[in-house]
Amino acid sequence: MIPAAGISASPADAQVRPVRASSLMRRSLRLWRTRIGLILVGALVLLAIIGPFVAPHGQSAFIGPPFSNPSGKAPLGTDHIGQDVLSRLLNGGGSILLTAIIATAAGLIAGTVIGMAAAYARNALDDVLMRGMDVIMAFPQVMLALVAVAVVGPHNWVIVLAIALTTAPRIARVARGAALPVVERDFIACSEAMGVPRWRILFVDLFPNILGPLMVEASLRLTYSIGVIAALAFLGLAPNPGAANWGTMIQENRIALAVQPWGAAAPIIAIALLTMGTGLIGDGIARTAAGIDRARGAE
Amino acid sequence: MTVPELDVQPSEPSGAAVTVQDLTVAVSPSGTPVVSDISFEIARGEILGVVGESGSGKTTVGLALLGHARRGLRIASGSIHLAGHDLLALSEDQLRRLRGGAVSYVPQDPASSLNPALRVGLQLREVLEAHSGGRDAGHAERVAEMMREVALPDDRAFLRRYPHELSGGQQQRIGLAMAFANRPRVIVLDEPTTGLDVTTQAHVLSTIRELARLHNVAALYVSHDLAVVAGLARRVAVMYAGQVVEIGTADELFAAAGHPYTRRLIGAIPRLTGGRSLLGIPGRAASPGSRPPGCSFAPRCALRIDECEEAVPPLRAVAADHLVRCIRAELVLGQEQSRVGDPIEMPAAGADAAALSLEDVVASYGRQEVVHSVSLGLTAHECLALVGESGSGKTTIARAIAGLHHNWTGTIMLGGVPLETSARHRSADVRRRIQYIFQNPYGSLNPRRTVGQIIEQPLHVFGLTDGREAGQRVAEMLERVSLTAAYAARYPDQLSGGERQRVAIARALVCDPAVLICDEVTSALDVSVQAAIVELLGNLQRDLGLSMLFITHNLPLVRSIAQRVAVLHNGELTEIGEAAQVLETPGQPYTRQLIADTPSLETAKADLGLGDSPAGAARPGELA
Repeated sequence: MIPAAGISASPADAQVRPVRASSLMRRSLRLWRTRIGLILVGALVLLAIIGPFVAPHGQSAFIGPPFSNPSGKAPLGTDHIGQDVLSRLLNGGGSILLTAIIATAAGLIAGTVIGMAAAYARNALDDVLMRGMDVIMAFPQVMLALVAVAVVGPHNWVIVLAIALTTAPRIARVARGAALPVVERDFIACSEAMGVPRWRILFVDLFPNILGPLMVEASLRLTYSIGVIAALAFLGLAPNPGAANWGTMIQENRIALAVQPWGAAAPIIAIALLTMGTGLIGDGIARTAAGIDRARGAE
Repeated sequence: MTVPELDVQPSEPSGAAVTVQDLTVAVSPSGTPVVSDISFEIARGEILGVVGESGSGKTTVGLALLGHARRGLRIASGSIHLAGHDLLALSEDQLRRLRGGAVSYVPQDPASSLNPALRVGLQLREVLEAHSGGRDAGHAERVAEMMREVALPDDRAFLRRYPHELSGGQQQRIGLAMAFANRPRVIVLDEPTTGLDVTTQAHVLSTIRELARLHNVAALYVSHDLAVVAGLARRVAVMYAGQVVEIGTADELFAAAGHPYTRRLIGAIPRLTGGRSLLGIPGRAASPGSRPPGCSFAPRCALRIDECEEAVPPLRAVAADHLVRCIRAELVLGQEQSRVGDPIEMPAAGADAAALSLEDVVASYGRQEVVHSVSLGLTAHECLALVGESGSGKTTIARAIAGLHHNWTGTIMLGGVPLETSARHRSADVRRRIQYIFQNPYGSLNPRRTVGQIIEQPLHVFGLTDGREAGQRVAEMLERVSLTAAYAARYPDQLSGGERQRVAIARALVCDPAVLICDEVTSALDVSVQAAIVELLGNLQRDLGLSMLFITHNLPLVRSIAQRVAVLHNGELTEIGEAAQVLETPGQPYTRQLIADTPSLETAKADLGLGDSPAGAARPGELA
């Protein structure tokens, strides 16, 4: 035990401020756009998860003539070969969502690590990593995914890999940009002086401080991933062409848009609502982060 | 509206150039006052100093003179009469035409107030064009004249430079030239010398003094530095918690202040002839919205009586031109003003072997050598102050010792064992024995971790203790730095600057270091907080027997903490010796110059003699 230093001041007596404000995500929930986004995404994820169990018909069951209009038996009518549109809609979201989430998450992890490492290195590694990212970014996302699927085949892992690969550089840029001012701060130097291992500095000291911009970028990337995967399916490059898939459905049923619009419109609406939802969440987080920054700046 | 050409002949101050009555600035929707009940006037040619610590509302008052309130604030009531206008009755458009014309502003940070993409000559011309309604052949001549006034070269090559090609002092001179360009009646200077070295500061201050006198301008000089204000202003207003607590002539105020806060503030200023402890002010200023009903200083005041808390005391005259907002002012005035606390018992620097020694240390950034062959030693129980201006290499030396700056050669020995270049290659024990406290407590604490986690970190890294024991150690350290154990659960952004620095000190000391490096640890803090932190560090250093390297640009502060002082100039050690000896009878011309340029209350009177002071005497030639 060491005795307390003889000092008259005891700032602890001064007013006690409220406990720490809630996290960025919790704060962003105060915004309507975030709530609406969350409701949209939640509803569609729920639809994709429980859809297969509540679908009135099998996804490949023929229940009537092609392109018949909505009826009691088929609330959204039938598709180009007489399958139930509602049942295919309920079955067709899972694969898109799952692929998109896994691919985005993989890209997010890779991009974050690369971006933080580049920002922290402050040497040739920074250039090597980021110029490598630039090379990948030179290819449009859909193009690269198309080439990969065309060369290797429409396997799930190929799609995941192609999307993760194209997502990573975009995340890396954001992560590096957010990390650059943070690595210059003295608490990083303090950890260095103590000899904290580099990986701990990256993940324990640095990572929590760039979470805000990363979350915004991640939700934006998820939005794009959903779009790309749906586009690949639309172009006939879904892993399992027979299975229901929102992208495939649009492609199959678009010829009858004037006769039986639901076959194409239902999956279009589903994809639109889903991407709007992820977009709104990202926007909400971005606004909250900016609001926090503004409030800090005003201090 | 064109601003009337003002008489530029020096003349006796006549009448008030600006009159502020009962000014209140409040938070916009809630109406919580940030500053209230502000009344003062400034005569032409007079400089009024406004001093106060951060959050006292001094900048808010300064901006109000331009009819401006920061975002989220509005001028709620009162009146400001300036150049024949009631500022608060004017439209935003009319105000805009007044600003830069009849009233102008010099911000704190010249680097961010100048447009980095435009040449300085163009920026100066813009100021003239904005108020004369277009280009004019005479502008080039006026720009040259302005440059001469602020003692800058007026040649074309200099005017074609960009702001980043100028030094901080030159940038601030450009800011001054812009502010004086349209011959304003009133000028607001918001801590214009805060980021500058003492020598540069002395020159900028004498330029301000000369310009205000030459052009008969009423100036409001906002500052946290009482010594600077004492040497510049004839009258001084002291602000605390959004109110003027005392206003009077500088001479009277600093000789015999009537408000307890002013007295404590003066007591917290370190002085060159000191060698005495500094007295901080206990507690902290209440923020707007949580201010007590009575005197806002009452909770921190040693002379508090119950009446103090009943109503806000009025600002009343205790002498001609000396107003005090304290019901016990007579009592305060009756006491003798003591500038400093008790003499500090500093153990003589031991003759024991050096705890830390530097031999021929040469440090570089890239190819540029910034520290040339520095050798110095630090014994156990000793505090060595390393002083010098910015760019003198003092922080580079400190970072080299801590292993944060890798590009150095020479020998640094800790307890007789040479150290590796970078912290990463040193043993854990070496890293533990050298601890570093950073300049800016706002940057040195990870905002995403609690105070407890921050202080625990060294314990985990060095594998000292874990779990419950670590928690106890943290609580112990928090007590040690005069915080409470309850702070462990808070995050850095819930703490004031002084509290953050205490946390940083706790983190440095939790692992029992032998050498403590303090890198400008008080430069981001208010003077009363600085006093408390220096007192704390001094006590800890003496109690724990630490060897401390105390880096600062603040010479008077050295006397209150260090036994020995090393003066660094352009990367070379110019002088090293006992603090009292070096600061009182400096052997080197550079040290003498540094001391002469350091503003202090003791030398303030000489400066006020306008032009008689050595710094002032050097100016008029350039102003011709």
